[in-house]
Amino acid sequence: MDATVVRTGTEGKSWGGGNEPLKASYGKMMMWFFIVSDALTFSGFLAAYGFSRFKFIDSWPIADEVFNHFPFLHGVDAPMYYVALMTFILIFSSVTMVLAVDAGHQMKKGKVIFYMFLTIIGGLIFLGSQAWEWKNFITGTYGAVSTKGGNILQFVDNEGHRVALADVAQVMPTERVPHTRESGIWFEEGAALPTYTIEEIKAGFAANENILVRTQALTEEGEKTILSRQESLKKLDAEAVGVIEGANLTQNEYGPPLFADFFFFITGFHGFHVFSGVLINIIIFFNVVIGTYERRGSYEMVEKVGLYWHFVDLVWVFVFTFFYLV
Amino acid sequence: MSALATAPAHDHHDDHGHHHKQTFITKYIFSTDHKMISKQYLITGIIMGIVGIMMSVLFRMQLAWPEESFAIFEALLGKWAPDGVMTPSIYLALVTIHGTIMVFFVLTAGLSGTFSNLLIPLQIGARDMASGFLNMLSYWLFFLSSVIMLSSLFIESGPANAGWTIYPPLSALPQAIGGSGLGMTLWLVSLAIFIASSLLGSLNYIVTVLNLRTKGMSMTRLPLTIWAFFVTAIIGVVSFPVLLSAALLLIMDRSFGTSFFLSDIYISGEVLSHQGGSPVLFEHLFWFLGHPEVYIVILPAMGIVSEVMATNARKPIFGYRAMVASILAIAFLSTIVWGHHMFVSGMNPFLGSVFTFTTLLIAIPSAVKAFNWITTLWKGNLQMNPAMLFSIGFVSTFITGGLTGIILGDSTLDINVHDTYFVIAHFHLVMGISAIYGLLAGVYHWFPKMYGRMMNKNLGYVHFWVTAVGAYGVFFPMHFIGLAGLPRRYYTNTAFPYFDDLADVNVIITVFALITAAVQVVFLWNFFASIFYGRKATQNPWNATTLEWTTPVEHIHGNWPGEIPSVYRWPYDYSKTNEDGEYVIKGQDFVPQNVPLQENEEELNH
Repeated sequence: MDATVVRTGTEGKSWGGGNEPLKASYGKMMMWFFIVSDALTFSGFLAAYGFSRFKFIDSWPIADEVFNHFPFLHGVDAPMYYVALMTFILIFSSVTMVLAVDAGHQMKKGKVIFYMFLTIIGGLIFLGSQAWEWKNFITGTYGAVSTKGGNILQFVDNEGHRVALADVAQVMPTERVPHTRESGIWFEEGAALPTYTIEEIKAGFAANENILVRTQALTEEGEKTILSRQESLKKLDAEAVGVIEGANLTQNEYGPPLFADFFFFITGFHGFHVFSGVLINIIIFFNVVIGTYERRGSYEMVEKVGLYWHFVDLVWVFVFTFFYLV
Repeated sequence: MSALATAPAHDHHDDHGHHHKQTFITKYIFSTDHKMISKQYLITGIIMGIVGIMMSVLFRMQLAWPEESFAIFEALLGKWAPDGVMTPSIYLALVTIHGTIMVFFVLTAGLSGTFSNLLIPLQIGARDMASGFLNMLSYWLFFLSSVIMLSSLFIESGPANAGWTIYPPLSALPQAIGGSGLGMTLWLVSLAIFIASSLLGSLNYIVTVLNLRTKGMSMTRLPLTIWAFFVTAIIGVVSFPVLLSAALLLIMDRSFGTSFFLSDIYISGEVLSHQGGSPVLFEHLFWFLGHPEVYIVILPAMGIVSEVMATNARKPIFGYRAMVASILAIAFLSTIVWGHHMFVSGMNPFLGSVFTFTTLLIAIPSAVKAFNWITTLWKGNLQMNPAMLFSIGFVSTFITGGLTGIILGDSTLDINVHDTYFVIAHFHLVMGISAIYGLLAGVYHWFPKMYGRMMNKNLGYVHFWVTAVGAYGVFFPMHFIGLAGLPRRYYTNTAFPYFDDLADVNVIITVFALITAAVQVVFLWNFFASIFYGRKATQNPWNATTLEWTTPVEHIHGNWPGEIPSVYRWPYDYSKTNEDGEYVIKGQDFVPQNVPLQENEEELNH
């Protein structure tokens, strides 16, 4: 083939073959297309979340009331403070990742190690914070009563402050039998029994004049509806059937169970991504330490995991926006 | 392979002096060579195809002769066919797994997996895929998901039987139907692995096409096969992850008590705790994949047909740029039409009309392609090889099935024939039969490249004509019984006297199905026997222009001994003449892509 003599007619054209038209190695491009794909998985989840939330637009929990814990500040209402902090930490870990990539471009091994280390630490702190958020959400704060129709009723005092179940209930000596596999049709156990029975709550509520019922319905101002004492007594008597403490995949003391389902699933799926990101970062970190990329003459692997790490951050920005802010 | 993984793409690692010794395992099993992986995909796809087609034969027999006893039922279905009579639940399972296997395992992985792997590196002039390792991983994940899907046939509660679209709540509640127990779990696990496999494959195809083209192979000199595989891979990367979302949410609903798709369910007198979810949400997520999926299936077939047709008509493909543009247009439109599967889901009629509009738009690029194929044939010097016959058959079935698509895409018309055999007829012709014709055309055409031997032509003719007549015999009458109102997915229609008139048609369909399935044995024999005993192939048996025919017949790792050829022209210089009426190369009606422009040759812009 006299290829050297005859011109192919595509010389100087960026898409003419024999070159990298996007000026990127195949590995980096694969990471980009993987990110596109993964972004669509998350889009699927977030679209599903929007679809379901719209269905319960008039009774969705108010995020400020749900996520208001801060470490070592028990009982202090600190809405969004902690999630703001963990978001900041995650975004800061993206900054250190950028610095690591930049140090890689300059072939400064020591700096790459340092910044990769900070990134890993940031990721770990975020994961821990997420676990703590889950723990608070699972334990719940005040508790609520579930109705026949599957809604929840919460309790407030005259000033509108929330009242915990413990302060409502009047403890009575009762015999309670947990539901076992043998006694149902589908061989499924019942959930663990809540601390109080519905009768105890009803009796305590009747005895305490200062407590009102708050439903999950949102008023036009975007606040939860508080019933009058008369309405409260009637509602509780007619509809209350169970006691809910905290949230899990089937029940949620803050409102519709779908809120909890989506919260656990989407933050869990994101958390899984962060977890894998941390693992990959650790692998690359050790490769940097033992000098693999120094010998290869290129720190492109750091750049590739960097892309993934930024993507995971970006997804969190969306999750944060749709679960906490909007 | 490590040399390939680290070497920048532009030097095409021409150092091909060294050949490592390959063991049986690295050569035939955990191979990273794209040609071997393509054969692995093809053979696995064929095996899955045999299973899928056998299933359709079984349930067609039940439909023609409802609740009659057959020894073959008892032999194959065991406890699901007491005294040889098929039970309703295994009927549903057969329909479900037939759909799943044919759509995903045969027509997605078997078609695009085989030919993307074989042709992308060979036709763009690359030594191999960008990442041979990921490519190998992609195949083995596909293999694993096939094994899991097949294993679900052997479990106590039966395979998944909620239909291949697995709509909840039926698919979510084991209490509702046996197959929604472990069978459905295995189905979902298998599909999740399949999606991972498809993703790895697609990433490889995309970056290989973008980065590893040889010198002179600009995007507008790519054969249409490559354009089709490239765009197919992009659609896969965009739509499969959304199916993954749906599958993961469904797994949560099934196994962990969430309520994403479930609400207000009473079953056997017991109230389930699921509350608030929506099954329509699942339909949206599913069809956002589901619709692009049909283009994932058909685009590779279109690419293969374009290529085979131009070669065997000894003419340039008509309207190359229009073909590329229509592929891109189809790919784009495929993502905004999913709602036309849901016209009867309670969708707002206005939204229905929007989806009708976007759906009917697809008729434009589809018609562009159909007319271009016909014009390519027009006045061509047609070489009626089996591959060419199947390509022409493809155009025929694609048009036949496409025309009913216009009816089904219109919400006002669709509502009347929704969930009838009219729908079955439509999609089997337009994406089932057409895609299988594309697959078969590809196998007949590139068999010499894959195995270095030729398939038997006469057996190919028998295979084609019986299949072509049989396939129309199966699916054409379905239009009429569908218009008459016969619903799909029914185990038997004998309970409705209204359908008694249609019983004979169902027998005819089944007889055609049996004959068509039987003649595939001719193909299988031809295929497997030719691998070992076929006539030895020459380097370029079809006198084609594309680069794969410049490689030696014997496969070598790295495809070309010595330097990679450069490309000087587009891939369709068939019967090109100079001004004096002589062929550009005297006595040869084709000019391969690696031949530089000749003296006096006019350079054309395509």
